[in-house]
Amino acid sequence: MTAAFRRGWFFVAFAFCALQAGCSDERALAPIFHEEDNPETLSEWGVLRAKDGVLELAAGTTPYDLATPLFSDYALKLRTVWTPTGTAATYDEMEAFDFPVGTIVTKTFYYETGESRDVVRADGTRTATDGAMSLSGVRLLETRILARREQGWAAFAYVWNEAQTQARLKRAGDVIPLTLERPDGRREDFAYLVPNANQCAGCHATNAETRAIQPIGLKARHLNKPSAFHPGFNQLDAWRLKGLLAGDFKSAAAAPRNADWTDTDEPLAARARAYLDVNCSHCHSPVGPAGTSGLDLEPGADGPALGLCKAPIAAGSGSGGRPYGIVPGAPGESILLFRMETKDPAAMMPELGRAVVHEEGAALIRNWIAGMEGGCAPAGAG
Amino acid sequence: MRSIRLLAGALALAACGEKGGEQAADFSYQETLQTQLLDARPGDVIEISAGTFHFDRSLSLAVDGVTIRGQGMDKTILSFRNQIAGAEGLLVTASDFVIEDLAIEDTKGDALKVTKGDNIVIRRVRTEWTGGPKTENGAYGIYPVQTTNVLLEGNVAIGASDAGIYVGQSRNVIVRGNRAERNVAGIEIENTFDADVYDNVATENTGGVLVFNMPNLSQPGARTRVFRNRIIDNNTKNFGHPGTAVANVPAGSGIIINANDQVEIFDNDIEGNGTASIIIASVFSSGLSQDGMTEDFDPYPESIFIYGNRMSGGGKKPDGLDLQALKVAKFGPLGALPDILWDGYVDPAKMENGALPDSLRICVRNDGAALLNLDAPNGFRNPQIATGAHDCALEKLPAVSLDGRLAEL
Repeated sequence: MTAAFRRGWFFVAFAFCALQAGCSDERALAPIFHEEDNPETLSEWGVLRAKDGVLELAAGTTPYDLATPLFSDYALKLRTVWTPTGTAATYDEMEAFDFPVGTIVTKTFYYETGESRDVVRADGTRTATDGAMSLSGVRLLETRILARREQGWAAFAYVWNEAQTQARLKRAGDVIPLTLERPDGRREDFAYLVPNANQCAGCHATNAETRAIQPIGLKARHLNKPSAFHPGFNQLDAWRLKGLLAGDFKSAAAAPRNADWTDTDEPLAARARAYLDVNCSHCHSPVGPAGTSGLDLEPGADGPALGLCKAPIAAGSGSGGRPYGIVPGAPGESILLFRMETKDPAAMMPELGRAVVHEEGAALIRNWIAGMEGGCAPAGAG
Repeated sequence: MRSIRLLAGALALAACGEKGGEQAADFSYQETLQTQLLDARPGDVIEISAGTFHFDRSLSLAVDGVTIRGQGMDKTILSFRNQIAGAEGLLVTASDFVIEDLAIEDTKGDALKVTKGDNIVIRRVRTEWTGGPKTENGAYGIYPVQTTNVLLEGNVAIGASDAGIYVGQSRNVIVRGNRAERNVAGIEIENTFDADVYDNVATENTGGVLVFNMPNLSQPGARTRVFRNRIIDNNTKNFGHPGTAVANVPAGSGIIINANDQVEIFDNDIEGNGTASIIIASVFSSGLSQDGMTEDFDPYPESIFIYGNRMSGGGKKPDGLDLQALKVAKFGPLGALPDILWDGYVDPAKMENGALPDSLRICVRNDGAALLNLDAPNGFRNPQIATGAHDCALEKLPAVSLDGRLAEL
């Protein structure tokens, strides 16, 4: 690159900038890692910002999506990951990838709105293309950040203001009253919960012994899919090509893969297990916070550990008067489904991050259980 | 009786009407306290002043070494009656934790849950559902689970739809001087090793004190001593949620041992429990499917030693048609079931020459108390008094001693 060429580019950029009022005050959007301080505003992380009705992503951040995502009251989510220049995540077959210190992961929760900004739609589809997303007809709620510090991951939740221009740190969490509008027009008031820092750990401290915060979605099986963010590529392969993924990764074809829960070409069981994996297994694993229940909803679990004919331990009202976690062939007798279909805070699952029923997800689990053979033997000595 | 109740109900309605709509709850303290809990550092004492404070979502603490202190269980009240989110009132995932002198009321789920911590002290805390026993009440009042070195002392637990005081999957636990009333289970020790339960009062629950082992958990349990407690009139109709382990507890149960081993019950006052003073049962009697148990689970209660208790007035009004019919058939309409009921299941794999080894037996040396073998393995065909067959003694369990700083408490 010659000096003249560089000067030419500088000139073009300057001229373009001069046409826009206030432009000279704007710094370029670029990620800034915070090892010690906990920024009060989202913009201090430099990963994304709302400006002129557009949500912009900083250059170098990678948006990503998951085969089957966690349900969060029908909120849409824009996820990004950024690692310091020249660094990459280390591949792991089952666990979350090991990201380098300095990594910033974001997840922005938003809805397409209905007749007012408090009416949010269950069937929105808006997403980002080429590093930007139009905010027209969109309400941004919160952006959560996972930052990989020397000591481990730290979690923060930033709540967007009314004007949708800035998001502020809410360590103690928040509740946002909204009305959900389903595709068939039914409406339902609900309280959208922004987690406090401990509640972040409630899901992300996937090992209840160490209580270290871990990403949940950034696992091979969730990321192993074609992605609109990398047209024509499998997401994992794209990450490898970009230099975002290092270590013992051969190709996406050889990596574990969860089904897309909505893809009816996939086997029913694979869709159901993918759904339970991403929605439940961060707690319901042998080492997770819900290990106290003895229920394991990781992909490999089976038998009573998976809930088959398994009596509840400390479910309280969560049993719904039903005998076992899963009664094969009988969804109406299965506690698992009851806990997905209730909104009672004492009984519902997941305990956090859901205030309305995911009707489509529940239907999937209902069909899966209904198709199982068997039933549970009556009580008594075998 | 009925007319008095109706009158009381009418008065309560009138009182409500006069109140004329409650004032909107003030949640201003919620963010303050939750932020204090987030910012706490080891060694901090978080003092909560006297008053009633309202919360609409769970509180949580994840920092080791913190003390939360109120001004008394009737003075500092954390009310969750307006709760909209969270499965408990206060969730603690931390060690070296002390909570004392406050009340947690009307949570949607559990009141106080402490999970995966060591060195836990919960004392002079009241957990209560203020509307009395109701199925829609939260499950547990005071609920340490997967904890080690735990002292629960001087607490009051009222109205839980499962257990007022519940210790699950823990080790080295002392539960003393507490009061549990009008819960489904008063005090429950489940899948726990080394628990001493003494000087407590359990009254007006469905079952007073439960020592259970449940299948499919990370650890079974053994070695619980229940002594010097007053277990009185636990006859409240079972209001637990069907499907839960306690939903099958008959009203009128003083103490129940289910599938747990090495349990010692002595020097208790057990009075007026309509079904039985003490019930000893296997998991086969708790209504669970065999398909839902892993192979390595031991469903039999073994090494049980009952001695020196003062039992009276039990078994006069058993819960459930089967036990009522049995009582009438064997002991007459004015009679009573014996103080101790046993379902009769014995592990055939452990038999030696037709009998259990001495160390695994159920032993009763209790003046005046009889044991009834219900003969459940044979479909209850031939229930028999079997006190003589259980006249034996076991080696006594050592006292639980708490470690570290808790040893001095």
